[in-house]
This record gives sequence, structure tokens and C-alpha cells, in this order.
Amino acid sequence: MSQNTLFDKVWDLHKVSSLPGGSDQIFIGLHLIHEVTSPQAFGALKDKDLKVKFPDRTVATVDHIVPTDNQSRPFKDNLAEQMIETLEKNCLEHKIRFFNIGSGNQGIVHVVAPELGLTQPGMTIACGDSHTSTHGAFGSIAFGIGTSQVRDVLATQTIAMNKLKVRQIWCENKLTKGVYAKDLVLHIINELGVKAGVGFAYEFAGPAIDELSMEERMTICNMSIEGGARCGYINPDEKTFIYIKNKLCSPKNENWDKALTWWKSLKSDENSIYDDVVKLDASKVEPTVTWGITPGQSISINQQIPLLDELSPNDKLVAKEAYEYMSFKPGQLIKDTPVDVCFIGSCTNGRISDLRVAAQVLKDKKVSKNVKAFVVPGSEKVATKAKQEGIDQIFKDSGFQWREPGCSMCLAMNSDKLIGNQVSASSSNRNFKGRQGSPSGRTLLMSPAMVAAAAINGKVSDVREFIN
Amino acid sequence: MKSNFIPPIGKISNVNGQCISLIGNDIDTDRIIPARFLKCVNFDSLGESVFEDDRRTFKGKHPFDLEENKNASILVVNSNFGCGSSREHAPQALMRWGIKAIIGESFADIFYSNCIAIGIPCFTLPKKSIDEIQNYCDNQSLLLEIDLKNSLAKSKDLNFNLEIKESSRKMFLSGEWDATSTLLDNKNLIDNKFNQLPYIKFNTNFL
Repeated sequence: MSQNTLFDKVWDLHKVSSLPGGSDQIFIGLHLIHEVTSPQAFGALKDKDLKVKFPDRTVATVDHIVPTDNQSRPFKDNLAEQMIETLEKNCLEHKIRFFNIGSGNQGIVHVVAPELGLTQPGMTIACGDSHTSTHGAFGSIAFGIGTSQVRDVLATQTIAMNKLKVRQIWCENKLTKGVYAKDLVLHIINELGVKAGVGFAYEFAGPAIDELSMEERMTICNMSIEGGARCGYINPDEKTFIYIKNKLCSPKNENWDKALTWWKSLKSDENSIYDDVVKLDASKVEPTVTWGITPGQSISINQQIPLLDELSPNDKLVAKEAYEYMSFKPGQLIKDTPVDVCFIGSCTNGRISDLRVAAQVLKDKKVSKNVKAFVVPGSEKVATKAKQEGIDQIFKDSGFQWREPGCSMCLAMNSDKLIGNQVSASSSNRNFKGRQGSPSGRTLLMSPAMVAAAAINGKVSDVREFIN
Repeated sequence: MKSNFIPPIGKISNVNGQCISLIGNDIDTDRIIPARFLKCVNFDSLGESVFEDDRRTFKGKHPFDLEENKNASILVVNSNFGCGSSREHAPQALMRWGIKAIIGESFADIFYSNCIAIGIPCFTLPKKSIDEIQNYCDNQSLLLEIDLKNSLAKSKDLNFNLEIKESSRKMFLSGEWDATSTLLDNKNLIDNKFNQLPYIKFNTNFL
């Protein structure tokens, strides 16, 4: 059993009681909600005649269903309109702060909370969304929950949960040029497998992680869940504190000093005990692309899609399904695979640094005629910043459509969808069957820079050929 | 889908029913309920859309469309079932179709806790035993009697010692799987914790 890791410390700090069944009752320091997984929870409160216990500890935004072409109200999609109205009504009734469209602070919940300074080290953070693990980049313990647990957090500010084990993933050396956090996390998931993290929190550590910016760290923690780990985190350091300072909701003046003192005391001890430790060499990671239907089915840009014999017995069943669904032949190169749609955005890679990197690749270049390319900023703040820097213009000049903030084609709950068996080069997090809105649509996950390269060439390309 | 859906309530100590086998590893919650069906403010009509896209692909041959499975209530799956999105809509859709318990090689974490929170016990068995059940189901219907108290599954031909997290098993037997009231019992402890947490104090302009 792990001891003295950041996870242990934060868990113990937030433990309210040991429940009769043997699980722990854990206090949730910050609760984030959105329109998809909260309406039924509010409905359940009403049914049980319960109130929101600490309305100040819950913050709402709207992201999953928002259109990215025209956000004027009412939305064209009646169901989407009904969902945003329900959230508006629930927030008003329960006095929950809601960052709505046009507030300047709306966006994907996992982009918004960090940029507002809500996400802080040492907190427990829960949200009815599996990518809540993103917030672990700040040294918080953050995890996705279902709607019944959203109800429990609203009613009690606590949930019942079994303590997770802790696996440290030690990343030696540094990433090389043209290789990004997305490539590293895809590589990690490929090495460990998509279910290795079940029952674990992942602590990402080592020189390669220290080197990453906060936004890159968010990309890493965001995809912990794709490796099966509900929670992923990184010990906070100076970069963490600098990122949080002067944000809208971050502590100010003497409170900042108090916060800093406490945050600095929060990290895994030198002699922490982990349930497991895995080491890998980040300098060996190359631009990585998924070829299959799970985020673990990835290869380096110059590799061939694995042959069935090269895979472990456990991976063969899904590999067979993947070859068929993706119409790929075992042994085929992933490079030069034609793409129809290029999507840059999502809680994994929709932040300003992601847009900057992609814009660098796109500058003075044109998107291939055969490609529909669009970029969806992660939040209104990201969009504003991009406009200030002229990044929106670079995208537009290249042939990318510049859209309004939201989750968009990461999960295609709005009108941004693949059609038929189109192939998408996507900076999002899931390549599941049908994930991007068409039951036969095919998704290749990659870094935003790689999506930009694919957009220019109309096929999967090595971004390193663009940035020398 | 069963039209007379009644959600489970209180203590759950037995689940008796016919097994329905669904073969495949890493079956994600997007497949269980595609995202377009999440545009709803309640779970009521999800049962009919469970595995919608997979069922269309299989054109009537999907296990959830086979006539012989229409009264099945115990789902038998392989490894990492329910990975991906945290959408509770996935187990809600399964439950509204008629699923009352799931036996699998392994489950994704969030899916598992969602199942517990809505009253669907999830059990694990080694791959060998799952294969045995799934092969059996290929040829004939398997009626299982699951006894949570002893973690046993019995049938005419096959018997298994099921694995389930001890905390989950206890919660089903006591009825505390529906956690809200148990959590609320500790109201004073929650208030104490709120007052003790260092960051509540320095986050005065948190909101």
C-alpha cells in the first residue's frame, strides 16, 4: 500500500469517515458541473427533497452540447437548448456560479477551471466527466464521477469511494523536437495498456515531466483515464504556482502567501512508497498516432501497424476488431494515410499553447483541398488570447475554420460530426468506434502539431519535416 | 426494452435471471450509449438506445436483439468493460433494457462505481470461467442464481465463486449502495472537515 505520496496526503486530509462497508467518505473541495451529467442529479435532489450543501464549492459551465458555428440563443437544436436552459435554471435556483456563453469565461470545463485559478494543489476535485483527471496537473486529486455521485456531492459535498493504489510513472530525459506531451501520453498508454490503470492513481514524474509547461502537464493528466487510471497527478512546483498566480479566483495578497506555504509542503516524500513504479525514456518517444479503436493502439509515425502475431494474446481480440473497423491492413504504414477531416481542440489539446504550436506549422501554408479543417478553442479566454496574438488569422489564412469554444467533435454532441467512414486527424482523446459522430467514422489521435501537418498534406505526416 | 421498468431499491441480496453474453474487450461507454443519446435531462428513454450503433451494424444479430435474450438480466462480458466516458447513462441504459447484474473479467473504474451507485452488482471471474459461461450461452440459455451473501452463482450445470469488492458486497446487502443518506448521516463530520481544510480559508475570493 502506498505511503506518503501526494495522493496519500490529499486523500487522508479529505477523509471524512470510514463507511460501514469499508470504503471512505471523501470531501470534495471543488465540484465542477456541466449540462450533460448534472440535470438528473438536480432532479434526484428534488425527488429526495435535498438542498445543495455548499453551493460555493460547485462551479458550472456549458461545453458539451454548445454549437461552435452559431452560438446565438435559442440554439437551433431544441434538445441542446433544453439542456442549457435546465443548467441555467438549476444554477439560478441553487445559487451556483455559472460561466455561461458570452461571460468571457465559458469553455470546456477542464480548460476553464485552471485558467480561472479554481484548480489548486492539494484539493480534491470531482466532475461528472472522465477527463477531470486533467486537474491533477496542479497536484490536486481529481477524478470523474457519474451522475449519482454528482448528486451526492451536491447534497453532501462528499462521495463514497475506495482509496486507489498509486503507480509512479517516471519519465527519464527530455522529449525531442517535434515531440509533444500528447505523444508522450499516447506512448505511455501504449506501453502500459488501456486497463493497466484500473484501481490506480498515476503519479507522473521525472525530468521529462518537470520540463513540461502546465498546459502540457494537463494534456498528460487528462489522458490518464485512457490508460484506465481515474486519477493522474503531478507534484506541484514553481511552474504550478506561477500559473495560478493572479488568476481571477486565485488567492490574493496575504492569502497568496498562506496558500504558497501550504502548497510547497505538498508533494510526495523522497521516501514515498508506491504500489508500483514504471520507468520510461521520454527521449525515445517519437510523434505518435493511433491506428485503432482504443487510445492504446498507437505507433510512432514511421512504424507499421502491428501484425497480429506481434501482439499479446489479450490485445489480439481488439486488434482484429480495429483492423476491420479502420480498414487498415496489418503491416501497413500509418504515414501517408489520407485524412478527410482535421480537428484541433478538446480538453486534451485545446489550450493556447496547443493553438500556438499548430499555428507555427500552418503559417504561410495551405490546408489540402481534400480536407475539412477546423479549430475549436478550449474556452472564450483561449479564443480571446489567440485573437490578440493573431493566431486566429493564421488558421483562417491556411484554410482552417475558426470556431467558437466547446467540446465539439471530440465527442460530437453538437453538429460537428464525421460523415460516413471519413478519417479524422484529431487532437482529442478518444478514437472509439463512432466517437466523432458517425457510427463508421474513423479517428486518428495525434498532437495538434501533427494535425496541422496532416491538414497541409492531406495525409498523416511527420511534423518534424515542417519545423526544421 | 422492458416497459415496466422499476429501479432497484433497498437491500440487494439475490439476482436470479438469464445470462446474456457480449463478447469483446475494452467495450467503451460510447458504444454502450452513443453521445447523441446524452442529449436528455432524464434517463427514462435510454433503454431502447443501448448499443444502438453496434446493433445497427449487426442487423438484428446483436445479442441485445436476439429473441432468446429478450428476458435476460445478467450480462456476461470480457475485460475492461465500460472504459472511457464517465456517463452514468451507460449503466442506466443497460438497466433500463433489463440488466440487473454484470459478470465480467474486469471493469473500468468509473463504470464500476456508477453501477454500484445505481444498484447493479458487478462481479468478476477469471477469463477461463467467463469463456465457459459465454460458450455455454452460445448453445443454450443459462439461468443463474446469484447469492451476494456468499458470492456464489449457481445453475443447473455451472457453479462459480464470484469475486466482488467487499465494500460493494456489504453495501448491496445493507442497502447502502444508494449512498446519499449514509453520507448525510455524517453531517457534523462533513462540517468539521470543511472548517479544517486549509484552502477553504485562503480562498476568500474563490467565488
